[in-house]
Amino acid sequence: MSYLQKSPWIIHYDASSCNGCDIEVLACLTPLYDVERFGILNTGNPKHADIFVITGGVNEINKEVVKNIYDQMPHPKVVVAVGICACSGGVFKECYNISGGVATVIPVDIYVPGCAARPESIIDGIVQALSILEQKRNSMKTGVEGTA
Amino acid sequence: MSKKIIVPFGPQHPVLPEPIHLDLVLEDERVIEAIPSIGYVHRGLEKLVEKRDYKDYVFISERICGICSFIHGATYCQAVEQVMGVEIPRRAEFLRAIWSEYSRMHSHLLWLGCFADSMGYENLFMDCWKVREKILDVLERTTGGRVIQGVNRVGGVSRDMDKEELNRIKSEIPGLRADYVELTRIFDEDLTVQSRTKGIGMLPKDTAWELGAVGPTIRGSGHAVDARMTGYGAYDELDFKPVVRTEGDCHARCMVRTGELFTSLDLIENAIDRIPEGDIIVPVKGNPSGEYYAQTEQPRGEVIHYVKANGKKNLLRHRVRTPTLANVPALVQMLAGCELADVPVIVLTIDPCIGCMER
Amino acid sequence: MKQPDQKVETIQVEELIHRVHSFHDDGYRLVQISCAQEGDAFEVTYSFDKNLSISHIRIPATPENPIPSISKIYLASFVYENEIADLFGIPFSGIAIDYKGTFFRTSVPHPFGTSQITVVKKKPEEQHE
Repeated sequence: MSYLQKSPWIIHYDASSCNGCDIEVLACLTPLYDVERFGILNTGNPKHADIFVITGGVNEINKEVVKNIYDQMPHPKVVVAVGICACSGGVFKECYNISGGVATVIPVDIYVPGCAARPESIIDGIVQALSILEQKRNSMKTGVEGTA
Repeated sequence: MSKKIIVPFGPQHPVLPEPIHLDLVLEDERVIEAIPSIGYVHRGLEKLVEKRDYKDYVFISERICGICSFIHGATYCQAVEQVMGVEIPRRAEFLRAIWSEYSRMHSHLLWLGCFADSMGYENLFMDCWKVREKILDVLERTTGGRVIQGVNRVGGVSRDMDKEELNRIKSEIPGLRADYVELTRIFDEDLTVQSRTKGIGMLPKDTAWELGAVGPTIRGSGHAVDARMTGYGAYDELDFKPVVRTEGDCHARCMVRTGELFTSLDLIENAIDRIPEGDIIVPVKGNPSGEYYAQTEQPRGEVIHYVKANGKKNLLRHRVRTPTLANVPALVQMLAGCELADVPVIVLTIDPCIGCMER
Repeated sequence: MKQPDQKVETIQVEELIHRVHSFHDDGYRLVQISCAQEGDAFEVTYSFDKNLSISHIRIPATPENPIPSISKIYLASFVYENEIADLFGIPFSGIAIDYKGTFFRTSVPHPFGTSQITVVKKKPEEQHE
C-alpha cells in the first residue's frame, strides 16, 4: 500500500446537479461521517487532487469546465461519479441542456448511484476508488497497462 | 490612481460548493463592480412539463434544488391544487408545515456552517453540521429521505406521522434549542465572526426594497417580508412572527437566520399541539385547467411557482422564480465597494442556491 | 385551504412603462417577470407586491417586436429580462445591464420559444472513440 492510497486528496465539482448530492459529499467531511479518518482530504485545487468527485448530469457550458479540471489533475487520477444524474442523467436525462452523465465528457471509474447518494455510499465509492488509484499508480511505475 | 483589473471568481472555487462565476472589476484590493454570469447549473427542467404527467412532475420539482427540495415540491403541489380547486386535508397541510420547518432548519444550519467556512472558521463549520445531522435524522425517520424527501403528492402527502412519532419529535425540541442557543452565542458574540461581518456588505433599507430582495436578505435590512405572513397552508393557524434586523450588514443577515431557527422550533411545537386527526391525501381526478401563482417562503426567501394548464395531462408552463435569482441584483449592489478578501463572505450572505436559481 | 382567485390584468405594450411607473410610485416591490407561450402567442407577466398582496399585469409579446425594458424604473428587472430574452427569444430594448444573449447559455437557442426541440443524446462510448 502506497502513501498515495493512505491519504488521497479529493476535489469536488458540481456539474449541474440539484445540490442534493453536493451537500451529501460535504456531509461526508463533517463529524458524523468524517472521511478524514481515512486520510481523505478535500481540496479546492485540481493540481493537488487524486480523486475527482463529480455530481450532476453536466450541462452545456460545464463540459469545458469539467474537462479542464480533469486535465489539470496529475496522473494517476480516478473519477467518481456521485448520484444518478452523474451516472446517467437521472430525472434530467431528457432536459435539453443536459448531456446525460459524466461519462459523456470524461472517463469514469466508479459510479455511485442514488438520489441523493447517501454519505455511506459516497464513502464506499471513494474507498473503492483507492484500489483503482493504486492499480493505475503501479501500471505507471512498471509501464504495463493494468486492468482497471 | 491605479489600473483597473478584472479578476474572475469561480465557477470552480474552494469556498463555493456550487458553480457561479463573477467578474470582479478591481482597483487595487477594492471591488468596483461585480458582474455575475450564470448558467453552470441550468438544466432546463421547466421544459420537462411537456414530457411528464403533472402528477409525476412533483418529483422533478423537488429536484430543482436538493437543499430546499421539500418546499419546492409543496409549492408546486399547492399551485396545481389551486388551479384544480382541490381542497387538501387539513392534516396534510400541517404535516407539510412541519416538514417545511425542518427543511428550513437544515438549510439554515447548512448555511451557517458554510458561512463560518467562508470566514476560515472551520471549527464552527463542523459544529453547525453536527447539529444539522440531528435534523436530517428526523427527516429520514419520518419521510425516508435525508435531503430529498419525496412525500409530496398533488392532493396531500404520502406519509403520516403517528402520535408516538409526534411526541418523540416534541421531546427532542428542547435539546435542539439548547444547541441553537450555543451556536447563536458564537455567531453573535465571537470576535472573529464580528470582525468579518459587522459593517460589511451593507444593503440599506430603501435599496433592498428597490432591488426586490427577498428572504433573510431583505429581513436583515429592516423589512418584514415573509410569505408565511400571508397564512398559506397551515400557517394561518400557527403563531408566526417574522425575524427582522435593521443593520443591513452581513452580521444582520446571519442573525436573522439564527433567529429563524428558533422560530421554526416554535412553529413545529405549535403545529404538533394543533394538528387535527384525519386523512392525509384526497384522490385527484382529471386534468388541471387555468393558471396560478403560488407564493411560499423558502429558507432563502419567497418563491413563486407559476403553473399554467389547458386541460391536458401535461402542463403548458411551469415557471419558478427562486429567491436566489431575486437576490442577485442585491448581491451586485453589496459587492460594489467591498474588499476582495470579503467577497466570499458577502456572496454567501445571500445564501446563493445556484441549483434553484438556474433550474 | 382555498386561496382567493388571482386576477391578471391584460394591458397593451404602450401602457406598460406608465403602469410600472405608477406601481413604483405607490411603493410596490417587483416580485417577478415571467413569460409563457400558448400556441404561437407569447405573454409576459409582471408581478408586484405591497403589504402581502400581489398584483399582476400582462402584455402580449412577439419575437419580432422588442418590449421596452423596465430596468430604468426597477433595476432588478434586468435578471428577468435577460432570462426571457435568452430562453424565449423575445427582445427587450434598453436593459440597464444587457448580457446580449449570454445570461443563460443553452445547448439550443431559445429552448422555450420553439414548440419542438429535438435533443440527440450520444452514448458515452461514442464520444470517446
